[in-house]
Amino acid sequence: MSGVRAAKSLLALREQEELEDLPNDYPLSTSEDEGDGGGERKHQKLLEAISSLDGKNRRKLAERSEASLKVSEFTVSSEGSGERLVLSDLLEPVKTSSSLATVKKQLNRVKSKKTVELPLNKEEVERIHREVAFNKTSQTLSKWDPIVQKNRQAEQLVFPLMKEQSAFAPIEHVLNGWKARTPLEQEIFNLLCKNKQPVTDPLLTPVEKASLKAMSLEEAKMRRAELQRARALQSYYEARARREKKIKSKKYHRVLKKGKAKKALQEFENLRKTNPAAALEELEKLEKARMMERMSLKHQNSGKWAKSKAIMAKYDLEARQAMQDQLARNKELTQKVQVASESEEEEGGEEEEGDLLVPDAVNEAHMTADGPNPWMVRNHSGDAKEAEIQKDPEQLPEPMANEASESEEEERPVAEEEILLKEFEERRSLRKKSGLNQDAKPVSRQETKADSSTQEVLSELRALSQKLNKDSHQCRKQNVGSARTVLSVQREEPAGEEEEPPLLQRPERAQTLEELEELSKEGCFQNEELPRPALEEQQLERNNQPSAPKKKTKEQMIDLQNILTTKSPSVKSLAVPTIEELEDEQEREQKQMIKEAFAGDDVIRDFLKEKREAVEASKPKDVDLTLPGWGEWGGVGLKPSAKKRRRFLIKAPEGPPRKDKNLPNVIINEKRNIQAAAHQVRVLPYPFTHHQQFERTIQTPIGSTWNTQRAFQKLTTPKVVTKPGHIIKPIKAEDVGYRSSSRSDLSVIQRNPKQLSIRHKKQLKKN
Amino acid sequence: MKVKMLSRNPDNYVRETKLDLQRVPRNYDPTLHPFEVPREYVRALNATKLERVFAKPFLASLDGHRDGVNCLAKHPKSLATVLSGACDGEVRIWNLTKRNCIRTIQAHEGFVRGICTRFCGSSFFTVGDDKTVKQWKMDGPGFGEEEEPLHTILGKTVYTGIDHHWKEGIFATCGQQVDIWDEQKTSPICSMTWGFDSISSVKFNPIETFLLGSCASDRNIVLYDMRQATPLKKVILDMRTNTICWNPMEAFIFTAANEDYNLYTFDMRALDTPVMVHMDHVSAVLDVDYSPTGKEFVSASFDKSIRIFPVDKSRSREVYHTKRMQHVICVKWTSDSKYIMCGSDEMNIRLWKANASEKLGVLTSREKTAKDYNQKLKEKFQYHPHIKRIARHRHLPKSIYSQIQEQRIMKEARRRKEVNRLKHSKPGSVPIVSEKKKHVVAVVK
Repeated sequence: MSGVRAAKSLLALREQEELEDLPNDYPLSTSEDEGDGGGERKHQKLLEAISSLDGKNRRKLAERSEASLKVSEFTVSSEGSGERLVLSDLLEPVKTSSSLATVKKQLNRVKSKKTVELPLNKEEVERIHREVAFNKTSQTLSKWDPIVQKNRQAEQLVFPLMKEQSAFAPIEHVLNGWKARTPLEQEIFNLLCKNKQPVTDPLLTPVEKASLKAMSLEEAKMRRAELQRARALQSYYEARARREKKIKSKKYHRVLKKGKAKKALQEFENLRKTNPAAALEELEKLEKARMMERMSLKHQNSGKWAKSKAIMAKYDLEARQAMQDQLARNKELTQKVQVASESEEEEGGEEEEGDLLVPDAVNEAHMTADGPNPWMVRNHSGDAKEAEIQKDPEQLPEPMANEASESEEEERPVAEEEILLKEFEERRSLRKKSGLNQDAKPVSRQETKADSSTQEVLSELRALSQKLNKDSHQCRKQNVGSARTVLSVQREEPAGEEEEPPLLQRPERAQTLEELEELSKEGCFQNEELPRPALEEQQLERNNQPSAPKKKTKEQMIDLQNILTTKSPSVKSLAVPTIEELEDEQEREQKQMIKEAFAGDDVIRDFLKEKREAVEASKPKDVDLTLPGWGEWGGVGLKPSAKKRRRFLIKAPEGPPRKDKNLPNVIINEKRNIQAAAHQVRVLPYPFTHHQQFERTIQTPIGSTWNTQRAFQKLTTPKVVTKPGHIIKPIKAEDVGYRSSSRSDLSVIQRNPKQLSIRHKKQLKKN
Repeated sequence: MKVKMLSRNPDNYVRETKLDLQRVPRNYDPTLHPFEVPREYVRALNATKLERVFAKPFLASLDGHRDGVNCLAKHPKSLATVLSGACDGEVRIWNLTKRNCIRTIQAHEGFVRGICTRFCGSSFFTVGDDKTVKQWKMDGPGFGEEEEPLHTILGKTVYTGIDHHWKEGIFATCGQQVDIWDEQKTSPICSMTWGFDSISSVKFNPIETFLLGSCASDRNIVLYDMRQATPLKKVILDMRTNTICWNPMEAFIFTAANEDYNLYTFDMRALDTPVMVHMDHVSAVLDVDYSPTGKEFVSASFDKSIRIFPVDKSRSREVYHTKRMQHVICVKWTSDSKYIMCGSDEMNIRLWKANASEKLGVLTSREKTAKDYNQKLKEKFQYHPHIKRIARHRHLPKSIYSQIQEQRIMKEARRRKEVNRLKHSKPGSVPIVSEKKKHVVAVVK
């Protein structure tokens, strides 16, 4: 084996040699000495290879990848080229001369510094990436463990899975819709109210409320990151805009303007093709610009610049050009754009004014602030909703027309009535000033009507409100009333006061909307610090409360069952002794009668006989193999000899002792009944660990013959229930009360995921 | 003098309204109702027998394809709609209630390799042998319009499978590598690869939607994380896995249909040992699909049958076959978990009941209670030999039956040999490998 290998290596070596020699020989072909030297070397190698054939003193041949390493054209052998050059070798000659001390120092310093490690190769890095990713994924997956476990062990699963109602209403909300009707109820509530019992106790403190709304830490972090990003982007754009604004070159601005105009035109064309409605809107905007122009006459020759130019125009061609440009622009702007719908000038004017009231830019700014950042939007709407929820139970549902006023109310702080009313007045007056307009929309018209009516009422209201207590809740109610009509206000207020159940009065805890808003603002910051488990505990407690009474009722039910099924032994013991004596006599009589009836048959003897027979039957029998007439005379009346019989009789072995040997009154049949065996389970089935367990399950009947209706229903509930014709969707995190990550997978991919996060790097280092 | 009278409270027996149920006083004293176990046993036996009598699972055969049905897809919003792609590049959309074909599209040249619907049901995607991915509208073209795809993406290589994301406009194709596409773009967002081999199928996890599983022809199953754009882990089995399916109720469980006649259910966090090995098929398993309840799955096999396995059992509870059904290539469990569809080589799509003896249509309450009671009885007495025998009895075609016998013998021989080897070698030198671990060659990190 080794010989063959050595031969192979030899061959390979020779080939290599030839290959190596080729380039060497090429430039040196003139000198024969070198060629000879090469020949000698070859010879040497051959000798070495042959000597290594025996396999004993095989030594590692020096491997070379480059021919010029060992043999150079300057005939300098580079022996020891494989050794590394150490810095100290270089320093050796330096040691002697003291003048080079500084260099020495520097070199020493260099020596002490560590070299940077080589980066891992690509496969290794990828492997580590994969491992880290896998760990992360399996961590996120293991949050499903409890749910999977629960679903596997569930008695019953009903599909499609519905989201459980995790949101619970605080007790004050529940109570708001409920009024004490009967005198007893009223009395009780009065009593409770005095002690501030049911109202104040379960009310949530502001902190609790905030914690209910809180999001998880992870989500908060993500949100913060998003916000940061948005802020960074914004500042970047601002800086850019500032920079561009600073550019003084007229040409640049001209070009920019032209470009913009062109772009706008193109966009408009596109829009007209794709979305005619939006194009119409665009047209309206143009119309508005025209109107502005007509109002301001900015581009006519009235301005300062225009006047100066007008003077220059006679002499300066450029100035004339500029003038003409401006006039053209004016014309262009004032030119009427044909809109599909007949847009009258008056209407336009109105619109303009309307816009003045609520400037477009404000809305746009809002849009830009909220648009790219869904987080902010959500929070905003959430707050609004919250406020509404707070309000709803207390206020009667409003008709659509009053929605505007409602929203105003939301904004308004409700702390002091005076301030509020003043504000109300101011606003109204402002509106009056701004528009003596007859709004086209019926909704707003109604609003104004309400306003006018409110003005009349105002004085009355103020007087009234001063009388009333300063409870904010009531104050709000009044406002609502004022927004409607005088009559209704007057009617409602006393009624409201009278009817209001004592439960609804919340002396200390009542919160103004202002406070609430503050709270909600704080909420997003507080939530990070709030420990979640505490929150959950609270929820749990609350959830447990209603379940406790249920349990009680369950227990009671079970008790009832027990009473039904088990006989009560106490009945007998309670019997009166006199009756017992009577019974004794009766028993004696009965015994006598039975004796007389069965006088003829001896049961005990029969039984004993039966048992004896059974014992006999079960005993193993001897086998008699004697053949009568074999080896001796046979015939009628002749019997085989005793010797022969003894010889061919095979005695059966003694069987195991009978189980009923010591039980005189019992016959135990030890034979297996084949008929029954066909219906019997032979091996203990899998989930059971003991046969008793299994037998117990078999023994308890589940049919309605043996169980009450309810027990029967409970025992026969199917494991999986599906609704026919309903699509069952895969389980969702929201279904089981988890928050699913709100970020879409797509957005995550699109941000370059290949970059390592800091945590990854750490893990990488660890590995 | 005291007069004793029989008196009853009318509250105990008078109904309040006519619609109330009549009160029937019952005595639940067990002595009055003897022999509960034998009586229930007989009831269970009868229920089992009746179940077998009524087991008629085959509902309909949808014919119309002119070549073998290669892939099936469910409509995510409509139970009645099913899409199928054939080996001649034809895609058909079927109405199950009417049992007819609504629409026919010549989608590709050559095979339609994969088909999947968008999560909203507005459109569907097909991939074919002509190296294209096409998106089609779900509802047909208007009068006079031509049947044209919404988008067509021309690829460089053949795509062998496609699956759509469960929530967003992303889909994944497989071929030489796994590509994740944004619906709006013509080039993949990211492509993931690990080794070089043709990947036969790719599936999105329906719960944790950023997870993907794929199986390649070099015998491995690879899991990917889309968000981190990296493969996670790879498990190499004895033989090639044809396709995988994720459990829609358990995020980390998936089942792989293997060429070695078995199915393997894995927990993706521990790939070195399958949770369960499902064995009953006698030829390569070609497709698998989970019931939407996540309790069972159905598998289609080259042995011309489909089988239904409980997730936690290694043996199938049901086998469906007909004389005319050839190699079953694809199978789907409908999203109301009531029916099963399978597409086979001989150009037909067959519709089966998932529960063979189930009565279709609306049940009265008495029927429902009887059904539930019978079901519970069958469960209770399922280990009794008579009942077990009847419940397990299935008629099988001769080919499958003889194959099963043959394989039983082979398996027994293998086992015997193993036992002998163990017996005659130094203790500890021959390791005892469990059946579950036997089929996993390696797990690559």
